[in-house]
Amino acid sequence: MSIDLNAPAAPRGGPTTPPGRGDPGRSQRMKTRLAKLDIRVSPYLYVAPFFVLFAIFGLYPTVYTIWLSFTDTSPLNPTTNFVGLDNYATLIGDPNFWNSVFNTLGMFLLATVPQLLLALVLANWLNRKLRGIHFFRAAIAIPIVTSTAVVALVFGLSFFARDFGLANGLLELVGVDRIDWRAERWSSWLSIATMVDWRWTGYNALIYLAAMQAISADLYEAAEIDGASRARQFWQITVPLLRPTIIFTVIISTIYGLQLFTEPLMFTSGSGALGGGSLGQFQTVTMFVVEAMRAHQRWGYAATAGLVLLLLIVVVAAINFALVRRLGSER
Amino acid sequence: MRRTTRWARVAVFAAAGALALAACGGDEDPSGAQETDDSTTDEDDDGGESTEPITLTIDVFGEQGFGYEALYEQYMAEHPNVTIEERGAGLGLGDYNERLVQQITAGSGAGDIVALEEGTIIQFYAQTDKFVNLADYGANELQGNFLPWKWGQGAPGGFVLGLGTDVGSMAMCYRSDLLGAAGLPTDREELASQWQSWEDFIATGEEFVAADTGMAYLDAATNVYNSILMQVAGNGSGHTYYNTDNTLDLDNPDIKTAWDLTIDMIEKGLSAGLNSFSDEWNAGFAQGTFATIACPAWMTGVIAGAAGDAAAGVWDVTDAPGDGGNWGGSFLAVTAESEHPEEAAELVKFLTSAEAHVTAFEALGNLPSSPQALEDPAVLEATNEYFNNAPTGQIFGAGAADLQPVYLGPQNNAIRTAYEDALRSVEQGERTPDEAWEDARRNAEGIG
Repeated sequence: MSIDLNAPAAPRGGPTTPPGRGDPGRSQRMKTRLAKLDIRVSPYLYVAPFFVLFAIFGLYPTVYTIWLSFTDTSPLNPTTNFVGLDNYATLIGDPNFWNSVFNTLGMFLLATVPQLLLALVLANWLNRKLRGIHFFRAAIAIPIVTSTAVVALVFGLSFFARDFGLANGLLELVGVDRIDWRAERWSSWLSIATMVDWRWTGYNALIYLAAMQAISADLYEAAEIDGASRARQFWQITVPLLRPTIIFTVIISTIYGLQLFTEPLMFTSGSGALGGGSLGQFQTVTMFVVEAMRAHQRWGYAATAGLVLLLLIVVVAAINFALVRRLGSER
Repeated sequence: MRRTTRWARVAVFAAAGALALAACGGDEDPSGAQETDDSTTDEDDDGGESTEPITLTIDVFGEQGFGYEALYEQYMAEHPNVTIEERGAGLGLGDYNERLVQQITAGSGAGDIVALEEGTIIQFYAQTDKFVNLADYGANELQGNFLPWKWGQGAPGGFVLGLGTDVGSMAMCYRSDLLGAAGLPTDREELASQWQSWEDFIATGEEFVAADTGMAYLDAATNVYNSILMQVAGNGSGHTYYNTDNTLDLDNPDIKTAWDLTIDMIEKGLSAGLNSFSDEWNAGFAQGTFATIACPAWMTGVIAGAAGDAAAGVWDVTDAPGDGGNWGGSFLAVTAESEHPEEAAELVKFLTSAEAHVTAFEALGNLPSSPQALEDPAVLEATNEYFNNAPTGQIFGAGAADLQPVYLGPQNNAIRTAYEDALRSVEQGERTPDEAWEDARRNAEGIG
């Protein structure tokens, strides 16, 4: 920094004031104070809208739910009583709840694992310079644009219907007996997993594709020179470098999969859909919560189940994160 | 260059803002099952003077609604300042009920007038403060216009919660072509004498199955179960799952009687195993996948709507096995949140008058709950063209005055669903009857 000896000296003892003002020192001090306030406070004001909305729609309902879980609130009761941990005790001993947890985890694994693997493979294929590749890359995103309820209705009604469904038609063509898809656990899980996968595989494939395109081509060239096969290149180069992306998709899929609601709900046509099948074959935890609230009019109990679901999601997400972190580090 | 980017930025923000508003604007949910939007009545005035233009919203349920269209026209012609808006036709009872409970408990979102089915109205006995006491608007004078037990159901402890619309009664609807193809009689009287008891009905069903037509004898075990239970309970204990003091009574022998008869039907392969009011069940009417269906009066409207014109004349009605029985029936109530309680009460009184009952019967086949209407020649001599000109007035109406009330408890709908699920699990071959009975009991006790 050069020093210009001919420049006027900087005023000392406060900013310069134009002559002829009333109390120049005071208004200048106000301005400085406001300026300092602005710098300190403005950032909080900018993020305030989000926190205000969160407080109204996120924090307050959560606190209310926690309070609800300690009561026996119900629209059928004119009075509300504080019951302490009774709801939690009942929940732990409720076989229907554990059934729904089992269903949720099962459907989640059945839907997510093949989906992400398939998405990985698809992304790998789409990562080439084939003719018309842009069309395929766009087309793979079309399922995600459709409405969940519509997907569930179309799959549930036209494909997996018992008497007139396409799936049963195809089975009969090859000589296999019809299946009542809603009657058993494995068939209902398979149907719902199909719906979820159909919708989300493309989305995850695009995310992986984007990450793959950031990988430098030099790595692949070097590997090819060293004689690595395509498969080896995929597992030793692509997948480890994709680790952060895979962690991201796994966590997002976990959060979505554990809250699966629309597909299993719309899988039943007619009354009693919240029950998730005659024996709760495909009732997820969210359906259990809504059933307790709407069909059984037990709001306190529903709140309890909702909180335990939250706990479950946190635990499973943590497990997922720990598992995936090791992906690629040992390969 | 700078100006272009600036305007480009403005344009992008404007477009994004417009898109965001459009996205937040509507409900693109195609299924009524998740409908959450609610509309409140217009507030054209406050105070409700009878000459100010007002809009009354009435919430109904069921595929065809309540058959009140002609009545609305008539009322609006007589009261030019009133506009009537009906919501909910096409909505299933279960979904309607769940939504209504939320709206009533929250105190907003329900219409001025709401329809309450007989299982629903009991849930609101503890929340009479959310409804207008129609006695304040002279409803007590109308007590003689309703069957005594119907009045009692609608007016717990003297608080006139709802005025009765229809009662279900009981009959058996059947497809004459399918029964004929199996070599069974298709004439109403012959059938009625052939299946005097439920055991005879099952025997007829076994003949049908033996004829191997490829179609099922009845639509769903759950429908038969509900019909038999209401009939047996009406002639027996007078209640189903709850005692009249609202304590659970799952040991009620009437429940076991209905259950055992239904299990017998399932084990003999008589049921198509459908879920009632589902899409496949609706399709089943038009496709003719089942030959008989337990038929309260309101079911005739459902069948005509689901089977369509193509099946007119192929369906018929005859007396149900057993003796009497009533399944369903509703009330109309005025919500406390209504801006115009007086006008709403007047409309309710109009829609539940004897003449209105007759009109609704002619429109949809819903059986009146008014003794005067039941004796009206228009009802007694009514025939239903769709059902091969069956004398529905006689079939449904003759015994209506003798119908016995059945007490349903507060969680009746939820417990009924538990038993229906258990029956369906037996139909699907997933559970033995004894296991299913235990499942149902356990779930019912949990709901409590």
